[in-house]
Amino acid sequence: MSLPFIWETFRTLLTGVPVTLELTIVSVIAGLFLALMLAVLRLSQFRLARWFVATYVFAFRGSPMLVQIFLIYYGLGQFRGALQELHLWYWFRDPYFCVLLALSLNTAAYGCEIIRGGLQSVPAQQVEAGRACGMSGLLLFRRITLPIAVRNVMPIYGNEIILMVKGTSLASTVTIMEITGIAAKLIAETYRAFEVFAAAGAIYLLINFVLMRLIALVERASSPHLRRSARPAEDIDAIATTH
Amino acid sequence: MTAEPAVSLRDIRKKFGHFEVLKGISFDAKEGDVISILGSSGSGKSTMLRCINMLEVPTSGTVSISGEAIATKARHGASLPASSRQVDRIRSEVAMVFQSFNLWSHMTILQNIIEAPIHVQKRAKAECIAEAEALLEKVGIVDKRGAYPSELSGGQQQRVAIARALAQKPKVLLFDEPTSALDPELVGEVLTVMRGLANEGRTMLVVTHEMGFAREVSDRILFLHKGQIEVDGRPGEIFTKGVNPHFDQFTSRVH
Repeated sequence: MSLPFIWETFRTLLTGVPVTLELTIVSVIAGLFLALMLAVLRLSQFRLARWFVATYVFAFRGSPMLVQIFLIYYGLGQFRGALQELHLWYWFRDPYFCVLLALSLNTAAYGCEIIRGGLQSVPAQQVEAGRACGMSGLLLFRRITLPIAVRNVMPIYGNEIILMVKGTSLASTVTIMEITGIAAKLIAETYRAFEVFAAAGAIYLLINFVLMRLIALVERASSPHLRRSARPAEDIDAIATTH
Repeated sequence: MTAEPAVSLRDIRKKFGHFEVLKGISFDAKEGDVISILGSSGSGKSTMLRCINMLEVPTSGTVSISGEAIATKARHGASLPASSRQVDRIRSEVAMVFQSFNLWSHMTILQNIIEAPIHVQKRAKAECIAEAEALLEKVGIVDKRGAYPSELSGGQQQRVAIARALAQKPKVLLFDEPTSALDPELVGEVLTVMRGLANEGRTMLVVTHEMGFAREVSDRILFLHKGQIEVDGRPGEIFTKGVNPHFDQFTSRVH
């Protein structure tokens, strides 16, 4: 084991950070929008839509993300002819696109359940107060229901984003050169698995450390009503005495 | 003053499943009336109040606000408002104060008050803020405009909720047991504000257990028993024994 080698490896692996971050950011944002739509459908009055979303969530939560990536990248390759006719082959022959698709669809399934829980936990009384002053439909959703739900789910969604950072390492299995992909290549060249993986793990730790702090900051900034309780000292005493 | 009653209910019936909560309620409230609605729990008094702004849609019967009847339709055996636009508009003119305040927890006190005026009634923000500040002063909440509801006591929250209702410049104010969720020592501050509003000549319908308030402040008392109005009269007339056996029983239990 040599420290200079780890340091050298660390610096080489850093070149994979932009790819890892890009995969995370794009799939988290795409997944979030999809998740929001799915959650609204899941809670809608349309039975077929509810059934569709429930099946979707079941399939993507119940199967490994690795299998999902393989299915989309390798599996769909079998249907090249059909995809070419639909002018989709350009996309599906690209492993980067396939990974992004798998990551987005996967996080959308988890996100859908998180957002559904958040929407359902919005106090009915506050929604009723909105109705009682003349709000309905999109206005009520935009001004009352969604903001309260978003604040409720922020900590749980933060957790999902961290899982996604780690999930991007699966992209290495379909030739994407993100942190883990570069690490695998270095190991093949040097046979020094311990040092390389230790350096790779350290980079993921660093990314997630920064991310957790960012999420905590956003949480604090957006939920002053939870942060500043009327009687914080008493609340803490109450918690202390019940534990 | 218009000739049309501010609120008019005609033969309102409401069923929950097979249970009929309201069994044909009719009354008119004139502009400027302060009406207390009494009754033991389960008498249907809150349901009746909630029918006025369609938070509960009557199974049959007609609710009219300032002479405008709220249209309803039946679908799959349930009663629904025929036009959600009409209901939204009427709700912005008929403000409600709830038992558990129902302030929006993610908004400051000021934001709570200006929310409906800005986003429902589309009024200018600067004007709404100026009015909100005057209203806060009126309900005796000073220096709290930037606070969140969770930082306030129950009595303060309810007074903010009253300010929020007033900000809509409503034709009618509905109060659904506004003091029932409060600690006894906080009831007075809310009643004082309500007394002030009554003296201003506002139209108020108040579901309450506060007999003192009902007696001293209201022009008229409705007593509901098992979904029907059994007593309807001025406080001076009805508190003599023998008007109605259910009412006598009720008042003897409350006192």
